[in-house]
Amino acid sequence: MRMNGRFGRFGGCFVPEILVPALEQLEAAFLDAQEDVDFVTELNGLLANYAGRPTPLTRCRNLPVNIYLKREDLLHGGAHKTNQVLGQGLLAKRMGKTRLIAETGAGQHGVATAIVGALLGFETIVYMGAEDVERQQLNVFRMQLMGAKVIPVESGGRTLKDAINEALRDWSASFENTHYLLGTAAGPHPFPTIVRDFQRVIGREARAQMIEQLGRLPDAVVACVGGGSNAIGLFADFIDDTGVRLIGVEAAGRGLDGDDHGATLLRGTHGILHGSETYVLQDADGQVTDTWSVSAGLDYPAVGPQHAHLRDSGRAEYVGATDAEALAAFKELAESEGIICAFESAHALAHALKLAEQEPGSAILVGLSGRGDKDVSQAQALLA
Amino acid sequence: MSRYARMFERLNGEGAFGAFLMLGDPNLETSEQLLDAVVEGGADMIEVGIPFSDPVADGPVIQAAAQRALAAGVRVSDCLDLIAGFRERHPDVPVGILTYANIVVARTGFMRDAAEAGADSLLIADVPALEAERFTRDMAQAGIEPVMIAAANTPDATLQRVAGLSKAYTYCVSRAGITGTHAGGEFDARLIQRVEAAGAPPAVFGFGISKPEHVRAALDAGAKGVICGSAIVDLVSRRGDVVGFVQSLKAVTRNDSGAE
Repeated sequence: MRMNGRFGRFGGCFVPEILVPALEQLEAAFLDAQEDVDFVTELNGLLANYAGRPTPLTRCRNLPVNIYLKREDLLHGGAHKTNQVLGQGLLAKRMGKTRLIAETGAGQHGVATAIVGALLGFETIVYMGAEDVERQQLNVFRMQLMGAKVIPVESGGRTLKDAINEALRDWSASFENTHYLLGTAAGPHPFPTIVRDFQRVIGREARAQMIEQLGRLPDAVVACVGGGSNAIGLFADFIDDTGVRLIGVEAAGRGLDGDDHGATLLRGTHGILHGSETYVLQDADGQVTDTWSVSAGLDYPAVGPQHAHLRDSGRAEYVGATDAEALAAFKELAESEGIICAFESAHALAHALKLAEQEPGSAILVGLSGRGDKDVSQAQALLA
Repeated sequence: MSRYARMFERLNGEGAFGAFLMLGDPNLETSEQLLDAVVEGGADMIEVGIPFSDPVADGPVIQAAAQRALAAGVRVSDCLDLIAGFRERHPDVPVGILTYANIVVARTGFMRDAAEAGADSLLIADVPALEAERFTRDMAQAGIEPVMIAAANTPDATLQRVAGLSKAYTYCVSRAGITGTHAGGEFDARLIQRVEAAGAPPAVFGFGISKPEHVRAALDAGAKGVICGSAIVDLVSRRGDVVGFVQSLKAVTRNDSGAE
């Protein structure tokens, strides 16, 4: 490896020996592509003319007006996921791969991978927990419509972490012609770095837009954290702005006192999962525990290693929002601003609303990571 | 001299037969009997899995075994107790642990406890040579030998690292993939030569051994031994004749012994 792949004591490359050459090849392709004007031009062209960047920064009119929303919900595909699948898709092409595999929880990353598979001409396989396949029929159909094959995973708890396990198993046998298009800023090096760098466009735009609209940087930047890709993408360009608070919001689910949450940084302990040294929700023996959140995108028992480091170094703060708080924020945004956001993003908004009340003078930038179409039928049942 | 070194010396060119079992599968009592059964069948060394909830290097058969053990409430301490009991009953048979990094880092003093229970080696499936040093340092201190993987796609530079960091034996993998998914019978003589040229510990083939002819092919390719995993674990799940199965595979190594 050319980079050390560490964020403080976190990160690394904890995979079976057989996958190390594939990760080295990916790191090399990524580093070389950064220096290649044609690659950068093609990616920027796709981000602008296919995905719809830059996305707007919307100042709230009826919610507290000091809240600014970075509108990744308006991106093609309906979430920030599209940014980095385009980047990884082009890297896969560059490496001469013909097949993409991906894991997905609720289906958002699977849909994003299907998009890039169709656009760039890959055979696309998406591993999805069998339980999620049953719950998210519409997203399964979306992926199929774009030519992807969805494979239900029957092992373990039949959810996201089992889908990742299965994708890693596939890749162990298929890396010669296959790129594993990991969906978040977690996993073995170089994925946390690659995904962050393809997502940092969110924060780069938002930072410039804040200066343009408000004339200064925000006081706080708030984003939800599951694996952590939208949060790290929003945070990255603010890390050196030491006066700006960075706040990650984890899924507190049914409450942090019980076991039904996905708050890895708040309740997890040091561990190694899915290739990375990070915080993990686990028992005393190191067995990974089941997680819960109303939003499938935050329902993950580990977290990207850079967030683990930002937590330990104190540069970022991490808090929780419960299912109920997120749902209330989801409803409030719809009623007040006419925006239906993803349940994941509603966690960030829920905390921003609290903060706006405590500090009415401060400017708060919120990552609105995705739109809520996928959550509407669930919301209908929950809010009825 | 370590138990592995003594075993290879005793075998004097005859191929070593390693039997893999998942500790606690399907429960502690049966697991204890199975450890004795594979020795009765003629296994020269025992490889034991400590079950992990997310075994990414394993195929469906071994993953299911880990899940059975966890569902039966088996804890890491129980696994160490099984090893300690085995060590009392079989003072000379080398025992290697195969598990995952999270199990190792979750328990303060894992290496020491494993060594005290009587385990001879430790292979951490998701710790490649690149990340191994801090683990092998702890293993050296605790007196347990590191085992590392050499695959067909592992570059020579990495094999050099493996040679420097590991002891006991080198776990060789002929083809890409995970445990239990190989048709079996394909063994890369070139890999064995590269492992030997790097000066790594004795090469043992670990994936794709389920029939007597696979054992023969692996030894013909130059391996010093074989480890049979998924086929035995599958037999356990079907309550088959483990002793007889191990006997049938071990017999091949004896027949081959003159050929070396």
